[in-house]
Amino acid sequence: MLASLEGAVISAILVLTAMGLSIVFGVMRVVNVAHGEFFMLGAVLAWVVTTTLGGHPVFGFVAALIVVPVLVGCIAAGADRLILKRVNYDPDRTIVATIGMLYIIQQATLMTYGPEARPVEAPFNTRLSLPWFEFGDEGFQMIWPWGLSITSYKLFVIFAAIAVLIALWIVLTRTKIGLIMRATQQDSDTAQAFGVPVGKVYSWVFGLGAGLAALGAVLVVPIQQAHYLMGGDPLLLAFIVVIIGGLGSLPGTVIAALLIGMSDGIISVFFSPTLAKIIATFLVAMVLVFRPQGLLGRAPS
Amino acid sequence: MLELRDIHASYGQVKVLFGVSLSVAPGEILCLMGRNGAGKSTIMKTIMGQVPAAEGSISLDGKNLHTMPPHLIPKEGVGYIPQGRRLFSELTVAENIEIGLMTRNEGADTREWVLELFPRLRERLSQVAGTLSGGEQQMLATARALCLRPKVLLLDEPTEGLQPSMIELVRQVVVKMKSEGYAIILVEQRVDAVLSIADRVTFIENGKDRETVAASELQSDPTKLTKYLGV
Repeated sequence: MLASLEGAVISAILVLTAMGLSIVFGVMRVVNVAHGEFFMLGAVLAWVVTTTLGGHPVFGFVAALIVVPVLVGCIAAGADRLILKRVNYDPDRTIVATIGMLYIIQQATLMTYGPEARPVEAPFNTRLSLPWFEFGDEGFQMIWPWGLSITSYKLFVIFAAIAVLIALWIVLTRTKIGLIMRATQQDSDTAQAFGVPVGKVYSWVFGLGAGLAALGAVLVVPIQQAHYLMGGDPLLLAFIVVIIGGLGSLPGTVIAALLIGMSDGIISVFFSPTLAKIIATFLVAMVLVFRPQGLLGRAPS
Repeated sequence: MLELRDIHASYGQVKVLFGVSLSVAPGEILCLMGRNGAGKSTIMKTIMGQVPAAEGSISLDGKNLHTMPPHLIPKEGVGYIPQGRRLFSELTVAENIEIGLMTRNEGADTREWVLELFPRLRERLSQVAGTLSGGEQQMLATARALCLRPKVLLLDEPTEGLQPSMIELVRQVVVKMKSEGYAIILVEQRVDAVLSIADRVTFIENGKDRETVAASELQSDPTKLTKYLGV
């Protein structure tokens, strides 16, 4: 139970990060190597926002939750205009360009924010003992009988991620913005022939992808601390998830994030985090061998 | 109405158009004919801004199109039915039509008008476009372009790979649009289909317009067809 809840928290963060990567790849055909750095930037900026604002942790955190993804999204959209647009979204050159962005963001953070890992205080962090779920009574501050507990904040992370996913799904399938994004994803030339400003759509999508990573990062800093090198792991895991789920397939990304996050959580608790990473990477290899298009990806026709 | 003057264009390093001039008036069907690789489709793409014009000018009702960002060109009233239809194949029929309507902020009345033209599409509104038959896909591509209520309609090989009854339907729609006053540029390989509906034919050869003749003239004297097309 505890292990699967820990897994669910990891999945929640992972699904947001991987979703950003997946949308960017799906619509723009850009493999964004700098994605992990947008995640890191989100965490670092969350620290900046909460410390400059001061006051009650809830206030600072809510401010960070709103401001940081927008800010990171704007930075990413700017980077898209400035760099990716200039290389005409050529698949090979964008990889090199985003590697460059990775180092620029990482080193700029090191120079300004410094090498320390800094914590952000969680807005609420009540310890919840697990039987609470089973009995369903008011269980705050209950003594945890079997040494098992989860914090209310971690539960909040799970529900926040679900809420964001549902909102994203509604935007993509029910709104004009989503329709424009899906049309651009399928055939950008023809979309342009029907009045879609493809360049602007790309900037928005790149910003949205980075914003999702930043949102995941803001949610994770109260658990993990902000550090300038923290972007590597989420990038690797997000790639694993996107490959297993099928490049550009959003439902596949959700399923794969659950799979990887849960197995990571459960195996980390019972065995070791290293074994969890080994198994995740092994899964990628197996998927690539037996189902190269990913779980829900479509084979190129 | 739509006028191309001395258009030069290239794909990267490869130059394809070497000075194309042509014009089409409202209520007129101009057909572009020429061998494969002559540059017919490229002319269409250059009008849409997908291939930039290196030299020359394109104007619609006196407004320059070649200096506009490509996504604004359809908003001027240019409806494009690309070769191979190029539907948004994973979107539904309704969504494909919606994209067309959004281009020039057309509303429910345009949607009704288009669905009146193609009743078959109304039965399949929630179906994914990629699963339609070839003829239905061509209907949808045409409907999507008509959703703009365009001044100029560009059709690139609309009858490619269709059965005779569908070709007849496409022909009827094109003739109907002409009678409603649309200017139409048609790229077509099938001589019989062209001669029965076109007003004028422009022969394209090696990226240049060689000659423009009235379709009636070709009907009585087909030697030019032999000269430019080898048929």
